[in-house]
Parts: sequence; C-alpha cells; structure tokens
Amino acid sequence: MREITLSQAVNEALAEEMRRDPTTFILGEDVAEAGTPFKVLSGLVEEFGTERVIDTPISEPGFVGLAVGAALTGARPIVDLMFGDFIYLVMDQLCNQAAKQQYMSGGKLSVPMVLRTNLGATRRSGAQHSQSLQVLVAHIPGLKVALPSSAYEAKGLMKTAIRDNNPVVIIEDKLMYQDKAPVPEEEYLIPFGEANIKREGSDITLIGTSSMVQVAEEAARILEAEGISAEVIDPRTIVPLDEDTLLKSVRKTSRAIVIDEGHQNYGITGEIASRLNEKAFYYLDAPVLRMGAMDVPVPFSPVLEDLTVPTPERVAENARRLCAGEMIHAA
Amino acid sequence: MTSKTKTKTKTKTNTSPNKDDYLRMYTQMVRIRTFEDNANQLYLAGKMQGLTHMYSGEEAVAVGICEALTDNDRITSTHRGHGHCVAKGANYKQMFCELLGKQEGYCRGKGGSMHIADQSHGNLGANAIVGGSMGIATGSALRAKLLGQDDVTVCFFGDGATAQGLLYEVMNMAALWNLPVIYACENNGYSEYTKTEEIAAGSITARAEAFGIEAFSIDGQDVLGVNELSKKLVARCRNNEGPFFVELMTYRYHGHHVGDINREYYRSKKEEADWKENRDPIIRFRGWLVEQGIATEEEIEALNEQIKQDAKEAVAYAEAAAYPDVAEVDMHVYAETDPATLQAGH
Ligand SMILES: Cc1ncc(C[n+]2csc(CCOP(=O)(O)OP(=O)(O)O)c2C)c(N)n1
Repeated sequence: MREITLSQAVNEALAEEMRRDPTTFILGEDVAEAGTPFKVLSGLVEEFGTERVIDTPISEPGFVGLAVGAALTGARPIVDLMFGDFIYLVMDQLCNQAAKQQYMSGGKLSVPMVLRTNLGATRRSGAQHSQSLQVLVAHIPGLKVALPSSAYEAKGLMKTAIRDNNPVVIIEDKLMYQDKAPVPEEEYLIPFGEANIKREGSDITLIGTSSMVQVAEEAARILEAEGISAEVIDPRTIVPLDEDTLLKSVRKTSRAIVIDEGHQNYGITGEIASRLNEKAFYYLDAPVLRMGAMDVPVPFSPVLEDLTVPTPERVAENARRLCAGEMIHAA
Repeated sequence: MTSKTKTKTKTKTNTSPNKDDYLRMYTQMVRIRTFEDNANQLYLAGKMQGLTHMYSGEEAVAVGICEALTDNDRITSTHRGHGHCVAKGANYKQMFCELLGKQEGYCRGKGGSMHIADQSHGNLGANAIVGGSMGIATGSALRAKLLGQDDVTVCFFGDGATAQGLLYEVMNMAALWNLPVIYACENNGYSEYTKTEEIAAGSITARAEAFGIEAFSIDGQDVLGVNELSKKLVARCRNNEGPFFVELMTYRYHGHHVGDINREYYRSKKEEADWKENRDPIIRFRGWLVEQGIATEEEIEALNEQIKQDAKEAVAYAEAAAYPDVAEVDMHVYAETDPATLQAGH
C-alpha cells in the first residue's frame, strides 16, 4: 500500500469531502494560499477557490461563531484553529453555543461543524503554543472529540467528523504531520467510538491517545524483550469512548496504564482509569495507572520541556513494576 | 475613582533631545538590529530551537516610544518581542541566554523567544497569543489610576491583532475611565502571510476614534517623529488625558517567523528591497546624525562595531552558560504567599 504523511492524509480527507458535499467549506487564518503554517491545507484553495477556503482575520471567537451559525443553517463548516492553545479563546462559541443547540432545541437544531486543531509539546514553542487541551472539550456534553494517532487514522476520522451531524473537535499532533503510514487509495471511514487494538498482549494493557499510541507501542517493544506481553489500544475517539474494547482487554490482562499528553490533574487519563476501576474492579491485579504530561505550563528550555511528556522508557518502567506486583501510584 | 497613594515617578522633562539622547536612540536601534541578526544566525545554525519572529525593520517604533518612557512606565509586548525588550533596557547576555533556554535568561529559560521580557524595566512580557496583552496593558493603566501612580502603559500590537475583539472591549473601558494607556499598533503591512487590507475593514485609527480616543497615524520609520509624538502623549497621559491610539507605519524585513523563507506568493522581493533601501530607519537616522554634525561617519562605525562586539561576546557567553537544573521544571507554577498574611486579623 502507498504511504503518505499525516498532513497529506488530512488534506485528502478534506478534498474528498469537499468534492462530495458542496455545503462544506474551510474557515481559518491563512488557510488559503499559505495553506496554514504547517502547510496541511496546501493546494485546496486551487481546487475549491477562496469562496470555500476562506482566510479570516485573527478573530478566533468571531470565526468559530460564524461556523456555528453556518452549521445551524445548512452548511458544513470546517474550522481550522492554528494552534490548540487557542481553544481557550473560542470556548464560549464552542461550548455555550455549538455544543448546546441540539439539546436546548429538544433535538430540532444541529450544528454539523468540525473544529480541527492540534496538540503536543516538545517543539520548544513555549507555554502558550504547546498545550494538549483535549480534556477541556471532552468535558462538554454535545461535543465529540477525535485524536488521530497516524495518517491512516487521521484520514478516516476526518471524513467521519465531516459527515457527523454534531460539532466535532479533531485534534492532530503537531509533531506527527510528517509521519508516514500506509493509507489505502480507496475510500474508507473510521467510525467514532471504535477503539483500535494496535497490538495484542496478555500481561498489561497500555491505552494511549494521539502520539502516546506510539509511546505505548515503543514501551511494548521494550517490555517484549523482557518477556512482558503488553496489549496496546488506541481509543481513537475519547468522546464517544469505546469502553467495551478497553474493558475486555483489561479483564484479560488485569493491569492497565492510560497515557495521554494532557496534564495529568483532572485529565483524560483519570477519566478512563476511573471507568476501568469501576467496571473491571474484580479483574484487576493492580490499580489502573495514569500517565499524563506534568502539571506545569510547558517550559521553553529543551532540557526542561523533554521532562514534561511521558516517554516509552517511563511507561515501560511503570509497566514492569506493575507486573512485578509493586503497588505504585500515579505521580 | 479614588487615589489611595501618590507615588511620583521620575519623569523625563519634555525638552527637545540633546546629543546624548540622539546617540542613545541610534545605539538602541542598532542594538535591536544586531540582536536580531545574531538570533537569526543562532536559529539557522540549529543552536536555537522553537519559534522566533524578527523585529528588524521596525526598530524606530520600539525605540521612539520606549525612549519616551521611564523604567516605571510599563509596556506589553508581542510574539515579535525582542525589539521591545531591548528598547526597554534589557541587556544582551540575559536575552541570549533566554533564547537558548539557559538558566541565566530573563525567564530562567522557561519563556524563550516568544515570552521574553526584562521585568525590571517595566516590560510585562512578550505574548504569543495575538492580542493577548491588550487586557493586561489596560489593566496596568487601571492600576496606575486606582493607586494614584503616574506611570503610563504602552500596549504594542500588530495590525493583525486589531481583528481581535478584546481590543474593542478594552478600548471602550479605557476611554470610559480615562486610563493612561497608549495603544501602539505596529502596522507592518502584513498579518502573518496576509496583507493588511485583506484582514482589516475600514481605517484602523477610525476604530479607536469610534470610542472617542484620539488617534494618530505616523511614519514608523522616523525615530524622531515617533519619539516626539510619544513624549507628548506620555505627558498627556500623566496629565489624565489618556487613552491614545497610534498607528505606526512600518515594515518587517524578515519573513513572519524565521522559517518563512519562500514568501513571494504574498509579497514581492521588489517591495522588500524598496523598504530596505529607501526607508530603513537606521540608515535614515544615521544620515541625519552626520548631516547635523552630531556624529561623524567614523564615530558611527565605531559604535556599530562596539555593538557587534558586545553581541558576539553575549552570544558566546550564552552558548557556554548552563541549562536550568532539572529540578526547576516544577518550580514557579504557583507564587508563594506569606503564611502570616493568611492569618485572620493580619
Ligand atoms: C490568538 C492567536 N491567533 C493566531 C496566532 C498565530 N499568529 C501568530 S503571529 C500572527 C500574525 C500577527 O500579525 P500582526 O498582529 O500584524 O503582527 P506582526 O506579526 O505583523 O508583527 C498570527 C496569526 C496567535 N499566535 N495567536
């Protein structure tokens, strides 16, 4: 199968959906000729024109509000938010306006929009350009949240996001835009709420989101060499969450570590760990462990920044200890 | 609004500049340009990581304004913040250390290029969120008025940032409450990869005027013109006549950030050359200094050379400096509070 980058995969998904559905359009800062700073949208304006690939002023709450209005009235906007950190600017439009229309109208109004943005540290971008804020949107009923972990996932999830009748936040990892993976030529969609078992194992379950899937896989390779068999699962969407697949795995392995790049305090990892503890308690040999980014704003200095994100070595170390029967606690 | 305490800050008198002032303004502009040239080199050589935005070409704005301020006056800065930082009095060593993530940097390596600031000279910080400091600047001005302090706050931002709603919210309050704040819009013609006329409807100054704020649009390449207007507005702010809005027409020589190399699809090489050759604030001021007999060509060359040397030394110093200890990673997340003040009845 051909291999393409995550960036190309997203680009293809958008182009295919825009060809399929004339009510779709893209809105965001420097999305047209510039194709965004990460160049993910390059070429789309040539095909679809500036009417459907629209450069906006630096007015995030404004253009997200526009998307909500357009979605409410029959279009399917795809909003490009240059950095995930800017989610803070658009919280009202996303959480008070987009997320609540369906419910407040008793099911009469819907907001079929996609907000695509990114997460991830270790690019030396400083505290205001390095955050992983998936938990903020996952907390809000009415929003769906997808976290692709490869080019393949990015394309299939994006296509589903665009066709979904709800506001969907899809968050890509900035460090993965150039990562290649096999992506079929023929069309496919990845349904929401279906976790992907990346690797089968019997001793411990490693649940990772976004780039933490790679971290989990690397940890699994380290552990394999030591005779520990780790199962690696990518939930793909955290809202909806495929609890069944996670529970089934944990009932089999009896141990689990959940890894996400958001801060650990009150994070995604806490939510998933808690569900496993509640629903698989009698199968567990150890408390489910959480591993998130450190609870500090992301520092600039390379020597400090690298400390803040979970690494394969640290995941493997925790897994080793859990499997040895040590009682360890989330930091 | 009541004035609780009266602390008079030392204010520069409003007389016309003398030889020292002129030479200091020239020096500061060259220090900014030289800093940026070195930062660019560090980046291209792979010694500096992250995102960085060069201020070269816009020196007369930061220097013209900051020379009208005292250390007590505050500024807020932007993602393009090195120039403001130098102009407000920062030293090279600590700045380069910050750029390289070293412990001796102004922010102990935690801030980096986009968050650099020399706090001791009233710089409230570079800000990587476009428009993110407009509330901070206006709040600083509110504090001055509330506490009866006579310092002024200058809020630097770009033309692109005028699209953020926050500006209109805070200008409304600043005008309603007569706050000592100057909104300094650096209009360099571009907002990232987009021309200003494609992102700003109508006139930029008219937006401030809609709130009853007196607004000016001036040549941002003329350091003396910028300085003269700034001194007047600062004095008027101290006299409770603020807020003000100034649009400074300027240009950035580099790409939006250091990685923005192939930019011909949004601006021509010819346009860039025209600004560099015909409207450079440093060349222009240098010519004037010589013409007026304030400095000779030789003196200016010696000055430039000295600054180059300073930068070279500071870069070498920063390269050799230590990184922060890993234990610093979770320091400074929260400020400490004196437990005594938490006692009831304190
Ligand atoms: C809220 C926010 N949106 C978008 C960005 C990305 N961004 C950084 S600088 C910039 C352009 C700013 O243009 P302008 O205000 O004119 O300042 P200039 O770069 O020209 O100095 C953009 C879009 C950001 N940092 N913050």
